[in-house]
Amino acid sequence: MRQDTRMKPESPGSQTVAAAAPLPATPADAISLRGVGHSYGDLQTLAAIELEAPAHEVLGLVGPSGCGKSTLLELVCGLQEPSAGTISVGGAIGAEARLARCAFMPQRDLLLPWYSAIDNAALALRNQGLGRREARAAAAGLFERFGLAGFEAARPDELSGGMRQRVAFLRTLIAGKPTLALDEPFAALDAITRAEMQEWLAAALRTDPRTVVLVTHDVEEALYLCDRVAVLSARVARIVAEIKAPNPRAADRDAAVTDLEFVHAREEAMRALREGSR
Amino acid sequence: MRRWLLPLGLIALLLAAWQVAASTGAIANALSLEDFLVPSPAEIASSLWENRGLLAENAWVTLKEILLGILCALVVGVGFAIAMHRSRLLRDASYPLIVASQAIPIVVIAPILTIWFGFGIGPKIVIIALICFFPITVNALDGLRSVDPESVKMMRSLDASRWQRFWRVEAPTALPNLFTGIKIAAVVAPIAAVFAEWAGADAGLGRLIQSDLANYQVARQFAAVAMLAAMALALIGLTALAERRVVTWR
Repeated sequence: MRQDTRMKPESPGSQTVAAAAPLPATPADAISLRGVGHSYGDLQTLAAIELEAPAHEVLGLVGPSGCGKSTLLELVCGLQEPSAGTISVGGAIGAEARLARCAFMPQRDLLLPWYSAIDNAALALRNQGLGRREARAAAAGLFERFGLAGFEAARPDELSGGMRQRVAFLRTLIAGKPTLALDEPFAALDAITRAEMQEWLAAALRTDPRTVVLVTHDVEEALYLCDRVAVLSARVARIVAEIKAPNPRAADRDAAVTDLEFVHAREEAMRALREGSR
Repeated sequence: MRRWLLPLGLIALLLAAWQVAASTGAIANALSLEDFLVPSPAEIASSLWENRGLLAENAWVTLKEILLGILCALVVGVGFAIAMHRSRLLRDASYPLIVASQAIPIVVIAPILTIWFGFGIGPKIVIIALICFFPITVNALDGLRSVDPESVKMMRSLDASRWQRFWRVEAPTALPNLFTGIKIAAVVAPIAAVFAEWAGADAGLGRLIQSDLANYQVARQFAAVAMLAAMALALIGLTALAERRVVTWR
C-alpha cells in the first residue's frame, strides 16, 4: 500500500486540459424532467418527478435508502428509459442521446484492476478511439492538477480509498461530457476522507464546471456540494422539498457547514426527509 | 518450498511402501499372483529407462492429440461461451445440451467415431475436445456472467461500444475462470486420449498400454501410466504459469 499523500487540491489553475476542456455554459446543457415516473414490473418506484437544472448547476438528490434516487439518476443518464414522462438532457430526449451527454460515476469506484490508475482515468478517451499513448498524455495533466501526480502507474489496489475515488471521478470528468451523474461517490469513505474529498470535488467543479446530478444520503454533503437539493420521499418517491444551498462549494468547508444559514438549510432538509420517509 | 516438499514427501513415502510390499512379494502373495504381475517402483523405473525411446515416441503421439484436442475445445468452447453470454435465447436453448454432452460415455462413442473417421488423429481430437469442451465452456460462461452490472453501466456512459466493453471489462473478468476450465480440461484430457486410442490406434501411450496389457508387460504399462500422469501435471503447471503471466492483477 502506498502512502496517501493526502494532498489538498491545489488551487485551481487557469490551465485547461485538452481532454477535459471546461465547456462554456450553454442553455443546451440544462436538464429537465417532466412528469417522470418509473416502475419495475408492478412495483412503482418514482412518481410525478418534476425537476429543472440549468446549465452548470449542481443538483443534489437526497432521500431515504431504497427510495429510488439511484434509479432516478440512471434515468437521467439514459441508462434506462422512464416508464412515464420525458427527460431532456441538453435537449436530448432519447436514452441513447442522453447517454451520449452524460458520464456516470457509480457508487463504488469500480476501477478496473487490470489497468493502471492513469489507464483507468483515460478509459473514456480509449473508448472514444484515442491510442493508449495519446489517452495517457491527455490524462496526465489532470493527474497533476488533482493531486495524483506520481500515482499514474499505480495499480488500483495500491491506492487509498480517497485516491481511488479521485481516479474514478477523473475517469468521469475526462469523458468530456457536459453532464456528470454521481451516485453516492463518497459513501464508502471514512468521515475525514469524505470531508477532504468533498472539498476536492468542490475545487474540481470550480475549475471545471459541469451540470451535475449528485445522489447522496448525506444531507450535509448535498448542501455543501450542490446549488440546490431535491428531497425525495420514501417509495413511491416524489419530490417533497427543494432547498437552495446558501453557499455552495465554498473554499472553506468547515466554515461553510457551521454557518448559521447552512445549519438552517440542513434542518429544513432533515425535516423534509423525516416527513417524506413516513 | 513447503508447497513442493509436502507432496514430494508423500509421493516418496507411498513409493517406498509400494517398493517394500512389491519386492518382498507381499502383494503378489496376498492376491495369489505371479510376482511379475506386481512390479515394484524400481522395476517400473528401469522399464521406463530401457523403453525410453518407445515410450517417448508414443508419448509424443498422445501429447499431440491432447494439445490439439484442448485447443479445439478452447476455440469452440470460448466462442460458444461468448455467444451464450450475448444471447439469452441461445443460452437457454443450448445449456441442457452442453450438460448432456458431458454425460456421453466416451467408451461407447469412441469406437463409433473411429468407425466413422478412421484410425488417424482426427477422431482422437474429436473425443478429447468433446470431453474438454464442457469445463472450458461452463467456466468461461460463469466468468462472463460474473461481470459487475455497474461496471457495464459505467462503460456504457463512457462511450464504450459492445466490443470495447467485451475486451476491456468482460474478457479480463472472465480470464481467471477460463484458466480454471483449462486446468480441469488438462486433467481429463489424458484419460480421454487413452479411451480414444483404445478404440483404435496404431500409436500412442493408450495404445501401448493396451498391447502391454495383452502381453502381461505390466512394468512397462505402469511406466506408460506414469508418463501420462506426468503429462497431466506438466499441462496444469504450464497453464498455472500462463495464468500468472496473464492475470497479473490477482
